[in-house]
Amino acid sequence: MNEEEIKNIIFQLLKKIAPDTEPSALQPDENIREVLNIDSFDSLQFIVKLNEKLGIEIPEEDYGKIPTLKSLINYLLAKLKSQLS
Amino acid sequence: MSQTIKTTYREALKQGLREALQNDDRVFLMGEDVGRYGGAFAVSKGLLQEFGEERIMDVPLSESGFVGAGIGAALAGMKPIVEVMTVNFGLLAMDQIVNNAATLLHMSGGQLNVPVIIRISCGIGQQLAAQHSHSWEPFFAQVPGLVVLSVGTHEDARGMLHTALQSPDPVIIIEYTSMLNLEKEISTDAGAVNITKAKVIKSGKDISIITYGTGVYKCLESADELAAEGIDAEIIDLRILRPLDEETFLASVTKTHRALIVEDAWRSVSISSEISSRIMEKAFYELDAPVKRLCGVEVPIPYPLHLEQASVPQKSDIVKAVKQIINP
Amino acid sequence: MTEFLMPSLGADMEDGTLVKWRKKSDDTVKRGDIIAEVETQKGLIEIEVFDEGVIEKLLIKEGEKVPVGTPMALINPDGAEVETKKEIASMKKEVNLQPIEEKAEQKVMEKSTKEIRIRVTPIAKKIAQDKGVDLSQITGTGENGAITKDDVENAIVQKGERSKTEKGEKPVEKLVEVEPEKTGAQPSEPELYKIEKQPVEVKKERALTPAEAIRSAVAAAMSKSNREIPHYYLEKRVDMSKAMAWMKETNRERPIQKRLLPAALFIKAVASSLDEVSELNAIWENGLQLKNEINIGFVVSLRTGGIIVPVILQADSKSVGEIMEILNDIIPRARALKLRSSELSDSTITITNIGDGSADKVFGVIYPPQVAIIGFGNITEQAFAENGMLGIRPVVDVTLAGDHRATDGITGSRFLGSLDKYLQNPESL
Repeated sequence: MNEEEIKNIIFQLLKKIAPDTEPSALQPDENIREVLNIDSFDSLQFIVKLNEKLGIEIPEEDYGKIPTLKSLINYLLAKLKSQLS
Repeated sequence: MSQTIKTTYREALKQGLREALQNDDRVFLMGEDVGRYGGAFAVSKGLLQEFGEERIMDVPLSESGFVGAGIGAALAGMKPIVEVMTVNFGLLAMDQIVNNAATLLHMSGGQLNVPVIIRISCGIGQQLAAQHSHSWEPFFAQVPGLVVLSVGTHEDARGMLHTALQSPDPVIIIEYTSMLNLEKEISTDAGAVNITKAKVIKSGKDISIITYGTGVYKCLESADELAAEGIDAEIIDLRILRPLDEETFLASVTKTHRALIVEDAWRSVSISSEISSRIMEKAFYELDAPVKRLCGVEVPIPYPLHLEQASVPQKSDIVKAVKQIINP
Repeated sequence: MTEFLMPSLGADMEDGTLVKWRKKSDDTVKRGDIIAEVETQKGLIEIEVFDEGVIEKLLIKEGEKVPVGTPMALINPDGAEVETKKEIASMKKEVNLQPIEEKAEQKVMEKSTKEIRIRVTPIAKKIAQDKGVDLSQITGTGENGAITKDDVENAIVQKGERSKTEKGEKPVEKLVEVEPEKTGAQPSEPELYKIEKQPVEVKKERALTPAEAIRSAVAAAMSKSNREIPHYYLEKRVDMSKAMAWMKETNRERPIQKRLLPAALFIKAVASSLDEVSELNAIWENGLQLKNEINIGFVVSLRTGGIIVPVILQADSKSVGEIMEILNDIIPRARALKLRSSELSDSTITITNIGDGSADKVFGVIYPPQVAIIGFGNITEQAFAENGMLGIRPVVDVTLAGDHRATDGITGSRFLGSLDKYLQNPESL
């Protein structure tokens, strides 16, 4: 899975949680939760859906590592890579 | 406000038969074990005593032979109701049904009508295994010259026969052994029903669930479960598999923009294949999601109970499929 | 090595006598070959072998009588099988070659078509075309990311809202229903809602959207509350370090779908505290009427504006895990306005939790005829003094607004004290 595909999945899932926004307009360094107005409940739902879709489990202590689009994509790519090896 | 009475599917079929035999002397029932035994599934129990041997006729174990004889009787001016025990044995009579019953009108340049009713039981149940559990509705529904009805509700069990007997041409009535003992409330003045229109048995706005036969009550139950989750499903009982009442299901899809077709028959080249095509052809621009189909698993039907049940769509499969369409 | 056993040639056969071997050691046998003649009660029977291979050894002699199931001969299957296996393997190889080639071709084709196709459902495309919406700007929520009717309609609403705010001053736009053209021939879709700039008199008012309807309902309730209920306010800063540690430990052992959020803990803590301070679990209708069941209303903010308050019935009898499950089910449905009526009624008290906004505390407005509302602020790291020592702890500011006709400050105080106690002992919840 490459960066583009991960990005599209992220957009699709964010769109389901926040249908009144346009996630694809997110800039790489913007704080996702702030810009899209996502609360802690929705945030957890997003993490659960990412787990269902990509098989990656994000532990609670890593929540702080993925505030922006760029950091989230990089985190997921790294996890996917380590899963394969 | 009309009153209702509780009845079994079997009882409804029997009442329909009795009424037909009472109303017209030309009508008679012929089939394996319909007389002395009272019917392989007890549908004609007591009818021999009531109507006599000339009207309730036991036939030898030869589907090709007695279906042919029924066709002959119809040609000669009688109104035979030929009971083929199950559709599995009906395969032995396909030549008679397709090449004679369905085709003589054409072959005779319009001179020979064959007003024969052929009642056939379809479907799984009772663990009768691969050779005795077929759902051959698609086979019959493909043949020009046949009208094919699927009896999915008690009202239809009571009333379709009467109207079918008005037809000058052959009608195949498909009944379901798994529903014989099922009890439902029907109106005390339930009687003849039309054999031209599909029926919207539950109105809804989120998705159109199109089904027939054993699928009807299954889909109704799923609709209740879906409603509890905020999904408002519309359910259509096709009732007539040939000629399909496409007006009804196209109008439904135009309203809901989504469709799920449910049947027990095998998926390939089935009733759902035909309906899916028609929706694509005639209501494409109304679709908000691809049309989905839930059909029988493409295996010879297994003997063990849990596998037999797993080989056709069940209520939980229907609920899951609908939720998947609404929320992919 | 396969054993050839004395077969059972009838249900009641117990033994058989080998009369004559028809094969000998080192003979190759294939399925169906007659290997021996056996005498049974039914007479002399030729028995067939089912295995293939080379006879290694004959185990019993001619004339011997043996029970059914006794090994009579040993057959070496490898001899013959090796050859046939080789054949099958080479056949398989040939067959496999073809699909691989096809796959390679397909991939090449896919890469070359650079044209970007937007996945969009037929009806969404139609609406987008009619309303002039750019599909490339929309993210789809349908199957495989397809753009659906709802996605296009949401985009239209967004566009409308954005253009409204861009215009600065509130434009006096009244939406008016326009009668369809009476052309007679083809019934085309009537043009509803043509936006016209109207002078103040309005011919017809359109119906409220769900969001507007909710807004006005909330406004009515809040106004009534402010008018009729004399509020008193209390607040308490609660040390959340134990609760957060407990949650972290518990979550480590729970699968991701069952992770707990502080909200679930707060709800249970409130329910348990209400068990102790029951005067707050009541309604005011010509006097205080205590309620037996503790049904907690929980404020959910809607994305399009406004709030909705689903209820968790009998929250005191549910575990924190069960409450979390209920939240997982109710909140998405609440946001989609798909709650059942039973989930919106009979609350005896309300909690408002602003979660992750920017404010530290929230002072709520009581929902009549309830007598209190509890507010939870953000969990933040603050300086906290305990036993003369200063540390940094995660804390939450809890507020209580009470109806002064029903209770006094001291009741509220007791409640907050109880709440604090529970949050210091999360395992007990």
